[in-house]
Amino acid sequence: MVDKPQHITDVSGTGVPIYGDDIDTDQILPARFMKEVTFDNMADYLFYDARRDDDGEFNDHPLNRFAGANVAVVNKNFGMGSSREHAPQAMMRWGIDAVVGESYAEIFRDNCKSLGIPAATADHETVTEIQEWIEANPEKDIHVDVQAETVTYGETTVDVEIDGAMQQALVEGIWDTTSLMYSNMSKVEKTVADLPYIEAE
Amino acid sequence: MSDGTLYDKVWEKHKVTELPNGQDQLFIGLHLVHEVTSPQAFGMLRERDIDVAYPERTFATTDHIAPTEETKRKRPLDDEQAEKMLDALDTNTGENGITFFDFESGKQGITHVVAPELGLTQPGMTVACGDSHTATHGAFGSIGVGVGTSQIRDILATGSIAAEKQKVRRIEVEGSLNEGVFAKDIILKIIQELGVDGGVGHVYEYGGPAIEELGMEGRLAICNMSIEGGARAGYINPDETTYDYLEGREYVPEGEEFEQLKEYWDSIASDADAEYDDVVTIDVDDMDPMVTWGINPGQVVEISEPVPAPADFETQTDQEAAQQALDHMDIEPGQSMLGYDIDVAFLGTCTNGRVSDFRRAAEILDGHTVDDDVRALAVPGSETVRRQCEAEGIDETFIEAGFQWRRAGCSMCLAMNDDSLEGDEAAASSSNRNFIGRQGSKDGRTVLMSPVMVAAAAVEGEITDVRRFYEDRADALTAEDVSEVAD
Repeated sequence: MVDKPQHITDVSGTGVPIYGDDIDTDQILPARFMKEVTFDNMADYLFYDARRDDDGEFNDHPLNRFAGANVAVVNKNFGMGSSREHAPQAMMRWGIDAVVGESYAEIFRDNCKSLGIPAATADHETVTEIQEWIEANPEKDIHVDVQAETVTYGETTVDVEIDGAMQQALVEGIWDTTSLMYSNMSKVEKTVADLPYIEAE
Repeated sequence: MSDGTLYDKVWEKHKVTELPNGQDQLFIGLHLVHEVTSPQAFGMLRERDIDVAYPERTFATTDHIAPTEETKRKRPLDDEQAEKMLDALDTNTGENGITFFDFESGKQGITHVVAPELGLTQPGMTVACGDSHTATHGAFGSIGVGVGTSQIRDILATGSIAAEKQKVRRIEVEGSLNEGVFAKDIILKIIQELGVDGGVGHVYEYGGPAIEELGMEGRLAICNMSIEGGARAGYINPDETTYDYLEGREYVPEGEEFEQLKEYWDSIASDADAEYDDVVTIDVDDMDPMVTWGINPGQVVEISEPVPAPADFETQTDQEAAQQALDHMDIEPGQSMLGYDIDVAFLGTCTNGRVSDFRRAAEILDGHTVDDDVRALAVPGSETVRRQCEAEGIDETFIEAGFQWRRAGCSMCLAMNDDSLEGDEAAASSSNRNFIGRQGSKDGRTVLMSPVMVAAAAVEGEITDVRRFYEDRADALTAEDVSEVAD
């Protein structure tokens, strides 16, 4: 289990730059590792193929060079393709608590929200600068302020964007949508009663 | 903001309430479940001691891990991990009163093939599944969305998801298709034009003459790959083609009830004066068959076009991505995909595993044999599809040509069963994703194309213009033609 605080107002920790546009969830978590009925072991499979050379040894993939990092800094359309929550689950269980990137695939971002992982966006130049800073300062912390929508690295603080619903959910501690929606069951029943394709009980 | 579109109307109809975080609680009218993304969600429900809210609106099948070789489908499965997943689904559906189309049912198959053919998917519904290709169901004028496992938990517990309304982009597809060019080519063309992230934040409404002409199976192929263009959902307004397809299917009401539903279906179609966030027009007149050359579905060309060079792309990132793709595919810029050697031909999947796909491919294979160096797999999208093909004798054509005729499953689309690329094998594939490693080998190479193009490639052992196989071969291209174009 990964224990998360209810209210996620900010995240701090060292960074890991994961380079490239359109990184798909098949790369993040190859399908052959989804043959498990729990998410418990997913961290072991994170970027499994990309992190290894042909002999199966770890290569110089950023996740190997920046072990222990908490903030992933990524490029455009990160997490495209398959809806597998296994991908952000693997990142979270590996240690990632926040993502900063140019943009995300929608389902991936939704999954991050479900897991309480803030996913902030910034333009290409800003993201590149943070990635370069991490390369030069692998031991230093990056601070993601969810409430203020800023990222601080070294002496620099930049504005980032966090989707309104995600921000509110994290800051106010309502990112567990099950209990939230469960309290509206009488309204659900009303909606259902009005749907022509569902027969009344 | 859009107004009067099918999306607006279906959303409004299913909106339960607004949530404190600004999202809407949206009721899901049809929840489809499979073995890979659901066990953790059922586990979460058990931890919270919550029952499944709408078991009668929930249907399960097994597809991702399903063995496709007849002898390997006996329970317990040889693959212990797969057996455990199947066993979990047995338990989870059994305990919660959910219908499960298992191997014994005769209805097992890929979620997005099974639900449409049984008539479970109907216009004006919201459909969700822990699978990104849930967009497929939009072909009926429903809103299909792929969700993660935590959202599956939400749906199981409350029948709802928390979601934000997206923008609606109308994609007007003008013109009519040449012989040998199909729905798969249209959607690859759309992704070529709009990019793999062009649809992020949008729902795609496909329309126009070329879409209206398509049968339901072609429409399903189009909507299926919406997600490959970044759009979580894509749909086509329901019409007589839709209603004709639905009438008489197992889960579709008959008689007066059908007529009443039709009124609802008509009412949710986009108004003639509907407002869209934007409109894009794509012309498919004179379009050639499409093939991918790279490692995402947006890296695609008409078979008449040469493979682009990194310098053809504007940004440094795009140039690097193109170079990575060329390196992985082991191909040079300016080269034609015609003549690209293949080791595997794979026909099936939730994009192109339906009866018409096999019918058309069989026309190409008839009287031909698969190249000696090619391993060729035909995997029906469902057991229902398989039986129909067998009733028509299509399986014989495939087997005589040298294809292996398999049982239903996702198979080599993502290789979670035994069907996998080995080493750097190249596949001509009717699937939807050419990502690195997608077909089970990190060095494997995937070339996406329509089913008939897969059949033609299987026969030739290399990518070829399928139009050479039709009687009128005037349009067919050779690699020499393309290099002339490139010069």
